[in-house]
Amino acid sequence: MSKKEESLGIVETKYFTFAEPPYEMPLEFGGKLGPITMAYETYGELNSDKSNALLILHALSADAHAAGYHVGDKDPGWWDAMIGPGKAFDTEKHFVICSNVIGGCKGSTGPYSIDPMTGSPYALNFPGITIADIVHAQRRLIDHLGIKKLLCVVGGSMGGMQVLQWVASYPEMVRSAIPIATTLKHSPQQIALNEVARQSIMSDPSWRDGNYYGYGQPERGLALARMIGHITFMSDKSMEEKFSRRRKNGNYSFNFAADFEVEGYLRYKGDAFVKRFDANSYLYITKAIDYFDLSGGKLIAAGAKLDTRFLIISFKSDWLYPSYQSQDIVRQLKIRRVDATYCELRSTYGHDAFLVELEEMRDIIRHFLDKTFNGYEVLRIYEI
Amino acid sequence: MRYDSLRLDYRIIYEIIKPGSRVLDLGCGNGDLLYLLARDKNAKVQGIELSDEAIYQCVKKGLSVFNSDIESGLVEYPEQSFDYVILNQSMQEVTKVDFIIHEALRVGEKVIVGFPNFANYAARLQLFFHGRAPMTKALPHYWYDTPNVRCLSISDFHEFCKEKKVRVLKAYYLGEKKQILFCPNLFALNAVFLLTR
Repeated sequence: MSKKEESLGIVETKYFTFAEPPYEMPLEFGGKLGPITMAYETYGELNSDKSNALLILHALSADAHAAGYHVGDKDPGWWDAMIGPGKAFDTEKHFVICSNVIGGCKGSTGPYSIDPMTGSPYALNFPGITIADIVHAQRRLIDHLGIKKLLCVVGGSMGGMQVLQWVASYPEMVRSAIPIATTLKHSPQQIALNEVARQSIMSDPSWRDGNYYGYGQPERGLALARMIGHITFMSDKSMEEKFSRRRKNGNYSFNFAADFEVEGYLRYKGDAFVKRFDANSYLYITKAIDYFDLSGGKLIAAGAKLDTRFLIISFKSDWLYPSYQSQDIVRQLKIRRVDATYCELRSTYGHDAFLVELEEMRDIIRHFLDKTFNGYEVLRIYEI
Repeated sequence: MRYDSLRLDYRIIYEIIKPGSRVLDLGCGNGDLLYLLARDKNAKVQGIELSDEAIYQCVKKGLSVFNSDIESGLVEYPEQSFDYVILNQSMQEVTKVDFIIHEALRVGEKVIVGFPNFANYAARLQLFFHGRAPMTKALPHYWYDTPNVRCLSISDFHEFCKEKKVRVLKAYYLGEKKQILFCPNLFALNAVFLLTR
């Protein structure tokens, strides 16, 4: 039924700059930001009536490079298994956009960017941003691409929050939404984990109250923050399968070296992260996530009729964004009688599942998109 | 999937439902019935189903389904969200029957309940002559692997509706291939009730 899956080959990140002073973008908590650059990638072709555009939104530390290869890279983008010719997000049929976020450090305007007022990096002079601000900036990008309505907005984790915010802010622009392993609001446990990560960064003397640009990152603090993150992305079971109690080098050292493989893994992941992510971005974006709260009817305005179709996906072993949070989203949609499908997928990978446990998710998404794109016509395709 | 290859209970339910209706199927299985209702009757359909495998089949058919148990699936729906709520071959698998029926009647204008008749003569004979837990075409499971937690007859359900002041608009009694008109509590394998408040 589905054709052979292929790679997108070489792709590149593009940039769109807007909100040049004096037309800065106002922010949710007051203040304004401009000029703003948004990093994004696109794959496939926009059709003539511009009805085949999908918007992919990424998690905390990812970027606009979702699929294909950058010149010289040996690894593809972070969701390459999902995006490409013949894949779930089929670039033969769809125009796929992946947008970065403001506040980040992957090509879009963030704390590391030069503040036009001072000529040096914003650092902590960067204004506080929210998921809504991130989405408002993405909307400007979508406008720039000439798209009035997105066939689908999809993302996992923080990407899922952006999906929900898209529906809350611009419901008329979203024909279907796929929030994966996410929540309507950050819980105290989730805020607590983020706070420990932030404290870890801010208690590193090299952080210098955020003014470390030109000196080097607060490496210890940022690496430690990421180590905590990685523990929350896995499940007890996936850690057992991946590491068990295997030792790195034979006997116990008793000198606090990394005796166990799991320790070595966390140290490696922490150190690698320091090379690719800005510490201040980590602070700003984790705060944006913590402020996120579309609970209690804020997802869909009272009295509004929502035509967006939903596919909500959670994973059984995800304890960072547990299934009950996805079920809360479902509950809101039931109250408003919104057309929705909810699947709780079996996986032992914990929160990481949406990046690694792809097969069932891929099939479900493929069928959901077919239905959204083709309506009930699609039912005849599967005629038995 | 075509109408004439459908199970008898599906055909009866299919005929009950008016075109363009909003339909919620509690325990929708692989979605065959909802699929036909959506395709041929332009019904706006929603399923609730616990089995992962069945959910994938539904999504493959383009249906909207929730991966959930029936008991916790109804609370959030506002009153009269649906024209029909279907509880086919699923009511006898839940413990809180009274709660489910009343919730279904709250969120749906009409409720269609289908269940196996435990008082079918074949079941009675097995119990009486062999002293064994009955197994029939409608009760195909051994006592140790049956999903059924409630054992009821057609007469029991009539009595239940009377006691709970639930109106029975129509009751259909099903044999293997056709409807049973004579002495249904003895001869019917299954029943389909159309209820309202």
